[in-house]
Amino acid sequence: MTDSHTLVAEHVRLGYGDRTVVDGLDLAVPPGRITTIVGANACGKSTLLRALSRLLAPSSGQVVLDGKAVHTQPTKAVARTMGLLPQSPIAPEGIAVADLVARGRSPHQRMLARWAVADERAVEEALELTGTTDLVDRAVDELSGGQRQRVWIAMALAQQTDILLLDEPTTYLDICHQIEVLDLLTDLNRSRGTTIVMVLHDLNLAARYADHLVAMCGGRLLASGTPEEVLTADAVEQVFGLRSQVVSDPVSGKPMVLPIGRHHAVSPATPA
Amino acid sequence: MSASPTTRPAPSALRLGRRRRAASRRRAAAVLGLLVLALFAVSLMVGQTFYGPGEVWRVILGQEVPGASFTVGTLRLPRAVLGLVAGAALGMAGVTFQTMLRNPLASPDIIGISAGASAAAVVGIVVLRVDEALVSGLAIVAALATALVIYLLAYRDGVLGTRLILIGIGIAAMLDSVVAYVIVRAAAWDLQVAMRWLTGSLNGATWGVVLPLVLAAVVLMPALLGQARQLELLQHGDDTASALGVRVERTRLTVIVAAVALIAFATAAAGPIAFVAFLAGPIAARIVGAGGSLMVPAALTGSLLVLAADLAGQHLFGTRYPVGVITGVLGAPYLVYLLIRTNRAGGSL
Repeated sequence: MTDSHTLVAEHVRLGYGDRTVVDGLDLAVPPGRITTIVGANACGKSTLLRALSRLLAPSSGQVVLDGKAVHTQPTKAVARTMGLLPQSPIAPEGIAVADLVARGRSPHQRMLARWAVADERAVEEALELTGTTDLVDRAVDELSGGQRQRVWIAMALAQQTDILLLDEPTTYLDICHQIEVLDLLTDLNRSRGTTIVMVLHDLNLAARYADHLVAMCGGRLLASGTPEEVLTADAVEQVFGLRSQVVSDPVSGKPMVLPIGRHHAVSPATPA
Repeated sequence: MSASPTTRPAPSALRLGRRRRAASRRRAAAVLGLLVLALFAVSLMVGQTFYGPGEVWRVILGQEVPGASFTVGTLRLPRAVLGLVAGAALGMAGVTFQTMLRNPLASPDIIGISAGASAAAVVGIVVLRVDEALVSGLAIVAALATALVIYLLAYRDGVLGTRLILIGIGIAAMLDSVVAYVIVRAAAWDLQVAMRWLTGSLNGATWGVVLPLVLAAVVLMPALLGQARQLELLQHGDDTASALGVRVERTRLTVIVAAVALIAFATAAAGPIAFVAFLAGPIAARIVGAGGSLMVPAALTGSLLVLAADLAGQHLFGTRYPVGVITGVLGAPYLVYLLIRTNRAGGSL
């Protein structure tokens, strides 16, 4: 059922004020797959994600959700199809985990409607999937970074959208929690067919967890395809200006980038 | 989307916790409500002559009670209603701004909106000599204009925040000096009336002053309450709120207009009662706790502050102080505390 949603950026130009950040970008998000977007700082990754989630209107081109321009659709209806976890969401002081996660149900509720059984189930399921069931009565601002991130993901999951966009969901997390979060998103994708689009900083994790990898550079789409197709030493050099060697990750079999700096390189990879 | 089979039978810890917190929020709000009611009753009974609850009740029902009919019906009742409604209006509008801008300093009385209403009202009364109804109108137009000016000066890529507060504080200072100037220039001006426009006072309470405010509250408060859920979601930032289906710009506009109008009506009737809009939200948050809308608790807290401060100002000291002097004494230390905290936290609260 979830494969049916399509999300396409058609030649979008995006910016803030007079500053253009992304220019003439085309991207078709593969339905039911995990897409990760990588690129250097300030290359327009987050801007693209904000446009896909209709938070930023393109100055030209359009983002099309299920065949219709996303900006022309009622925002609440869009919110039932597509969820977003921004980079640094804000929690009001003292709010309890359960109350925060429950707010993920907002797009499914009418103005004065009661809290329904379906809402209850969605929240419980979201808490369970993210392993936060034991935290329900705790205040969000008392939690550790890893716990808090899982709570935010739980809020996005409670929204029960078929498309989920995440802006660097692993920031501020240690490696153990990073893997936990990415595994959780993969579970979600495999069990429900949720389409996932996320911006990730870590190239190797991006390559490992992506079905579809998108590399951006200077506001343009440099390459997109399977991680094997996209992640080459040439691409890394173009995107990050960094020499590297790309090998096969012995754990996942996906490509893995080994950066080459000015130090600590044994020949023959030593830079000239 | 259909429910998946992984759920467990109710009632879960989740449901119980949420119910318990909601019930405790409601209880706290009910206690606030009762306190407001009690203070309202006390304001009607206490004065130079004491009238018992029975006499007061008969006056409210419209019966003729010698002495009490005039003292309670004509003097005390409009004053108490003004305190009740102005306090509620200031409290609700204040917490709305604080929630929307995610900053306790972003209260309409700190960022110059009350000052705008106040300046227009003073100019209207002292310089233009217009009548009460027109004064309210002037105050509303000026408050909205002030809000617009602050918004435009602070607007940069749609990001609001500390800039808006600092600009607002500057505008407030300018407008306050307009009020002071006009009052000083008005030759034989009554000090009582002057105090009303400098710090806020309930001394001018007559039904002619109170009724426009009551009507405004009846229209505007439900309008604001209708946005309560969207406003809660805006606490998470504009992006999260939009992602959850909130029409951010439209909600913000509705809320700003309704809250500014409430402030303007309250200010036109009682002057810029110092710090009530600023204090009501944080106090209500302490009492009620997080997780729900603070609009009703903050409105009740606002009424409580104004009624209590007016009672204290009228009867506790040798001299009668206008309500704004008392709330000012309460609010100023809290403002200083917040400013110190803001500086330490590097501008975020």
